[in-house]
Amino acid sequence: MKKFARVFLALVCVLLFAAAAGAETIKIGFNIPLTGDIPKVGEESKFAGEMLKEDINSQGGLEVGGKKYMLEFIYEDNESKAESAVAAALKLIERDGVLAIVGPNSSKQAVPAGQVCDDNQTPMISPWSTNPDTTKDRPWVFRAAFLDPFQGPVAVDFAMEQFKAKTAAVLYALDNDYSKGLAEIFRDDFNAKNGAGAVKAFESYSSKDQDFSAQLTTILAAKPDFIFLPDNYNEVALIVKQAHDLGWKGPFMGADAWGNSELMALCGDDCKGQYFSTHYAAAGATGDTKVFIDRYKAKYGYEPADVAALTWDATRLVLQAIQNTGGLTGKERADRKAIRDAMAAIPEFPGITGNMKFDEQGDPIKCAVVVKISDQGEFVFTKSVCP
Amino acid sequence: MLASIIQNLFNAFQWGSFYSLIALGYTLVYGVLRLINFAHGDIFMVGAYIAFFIATAILGMAMSLPGWMVLAMVIPATMILTALVGVSLERIAYRPLRRKGAHRLYVVITALMCGLVLENGNLALLGASRKSFPELVDKVVYSIGDVSMTNLKIGVVLSAVLVFIFLQFIVTKTKIGMAMRAISYDKFAVPLMGIPIDTVIVFTFILGSSFAGLAGLLFALSYPILDPYMGAMVGWKAFIAAVVGGIGDIRGAFLGGFLLGFVEILVVAVFPSTYRDLIAFAILMVILCIKPTGMFGVAGTTKI
Repeated sequence: MKKFARVFLALVCVLLFAAAAGAETIKIGFNIPLTGDIPKVGEESKFAGEMLKEDINSQGGLEVGGKKYMLEFIYEDNESKAESAVAAALKLIERDGVLAIVGPNSSKQAVPAGQVCDDNQTPMISPWSTNPDTTKDRPWVFRAAFLDPFQGPVAVDFAMEQFKAKTAAVLYALDNDYSKGLAEIFRDDFNAKNGAGAVKAFESYSSKDQDFSAQLTTILAAKPDFIFLPDNYNEVALIVKQAHDLGWKGPFMGADAWGNSELMALCGDDCKGQYFSTHYAAAGATGDTKVFIDRYKAKYGYEPADVAALTWDATRLVLQAIQNTGGLTGKERADRKAIRDAMAAIPEFPGITGNMKFDEQGDPIKCAVVVKISDQGEFVFTKSVCP
Repeated sequence: MLASIIQNLFNAFQWGSFYSLIALGYTLVYGVLRLINFAHGDIFMVGAYIAFFIATAILGMAMSLPGWMVLAMVIPATMILTALVGVSLERIAYRPLRRKGAHRLYVVITALMCGLVLENGNLALLGASRKSFPELVDKVVYSIGDVSMTNLKIGVVLSAVLVFIFLQFIVTKTKIGMAMRAISYDKFAVPLMGIPIDTVIVFTFILGSSFAGLAGLLFALSYPILDPYMGAMVGWKAFIAAVVGGIGDIRGAFLGGFLLGFVEILVVAVFPSTYRDLIAFAILMVILCIKPTGMFGVAGTTKI
């Protein structure tokens, strides 16, 4: 027993030493959904973060003002809930003392978490959130994705051109900021372009619902040219199947929340041939984007969705901003302020999801793509739309 | 307009079938033990997962088997294994408490905890990733005008009706059914008459859990995305359906389930979906206010 205690003591000493020796670290928090409704989104964000961390730490760390720092990424699960995202953000800011936060991904969590980060003066960048409210009037909050006021019209224009659509129906999640915001933008834009009443049915559901038959019956009775689904991939799979069960044979148009590697596993044949707007197309990518996709695929065994690529870009943006500060003081508040200022000063950034220019709200101006789900279940590039 | 109404009635029949199947399990256990088995919704979830693993295992071994044959194997296997889970819960969690003569409140709390253990155990064991249930039935869509039905939906409604008739027969016409009813009247006198009370209780759990397993399988076929929390909300609502029907009564659970299904679907068909739970439960509350024991319930001295 005594011997065990001695060994244990020695171990503790070694660990303490190691911690002391590696004290020069930069902590970055990740506020991501590792469980809950969309766990794959969290997993891909985490894997992209891990890949970037290994790249930099294997080269001895990140060089800031002539000094090397090891990176430490803390992944906090927000369970895909708004209230947990707020708690996770506070935990990262107060307990872990991170210099910046990457995430949350969905607008449902990013909008409230953005408020927390802005109040606590900690830089936050959401990789995937497209709702304008996330960054609006919040100088400490940034994002790597385009906005819904841009994405909505992209979907409208594409559907009008591709399906020759004059009428549409929308089914969206009422308690999801992303889904609701995008649905309303789509409705207003479609009505403006096709005359009032062109959106024949505007139906909603709640996030935990599994049966959509009543809403779909109303939609089908209105006989629209196509159905717009700005919904998360897990719900999309159920909605598309149930619509087919009710006899719907027309097309669907989706948005960026469709773009997940699990979509085809859940939805299968029913989703083939449908279109959705997204941040990048994995099939047929070139340059740095292809390098990223190939490395991710080799390491984790499946093709990364847009959220992985956006997390990669968002985290690199944070690291770029840290380097641009020209040196860290070691004082949390001062460093956070320096990072925020450096981030706001980045004029243009070449990401793997496209070139980004930032406007005064901290939002990037970048292109969107529309992809088609092929018969092999791949997301094939169809069209690129730039602002 | 008429087509939409008929279509929504069909939708409501299918959705109500699930509430009915789950409510039957609640009501059986309550009828015998006066115990609200709050873990029942999660046993339903476990049933769906068991069906998933058996189905994928069979499909993995023999790809050439037609879907209906796989289904014919999956149904009994799922029901047996889910019944085992239910019986183990009774054995591990409820029986020791009953033996010690614990107040009914503690058993209900234990049931709640069992449900959470099942949910989070599943989350820890299998991860948060969704499972996609394989398509065992070749879906056929029958369309008459603007009204569509699938063979699967018809099967679900038929199953619910058959299960109800079967349970009603067991409880009212068989000897073991008589024993079950006797226990609910007086569980202290029944053992004195030489009726093995534990056997009857285990039988009750077998019945309730195996049909929860069947419901899980049918649910997974209809809504083929499984997640660890899928049983929680449906389970609670089915419990409420059972109470409105008059908990402890088989007919009550059956009709209560369909009633809730109808109200939910028809509310969504007319109003925005936000109002669904608001209006649905307001209607159920009114029913309970008028008849506090539920539609078929008899006034009991102590209910929880």
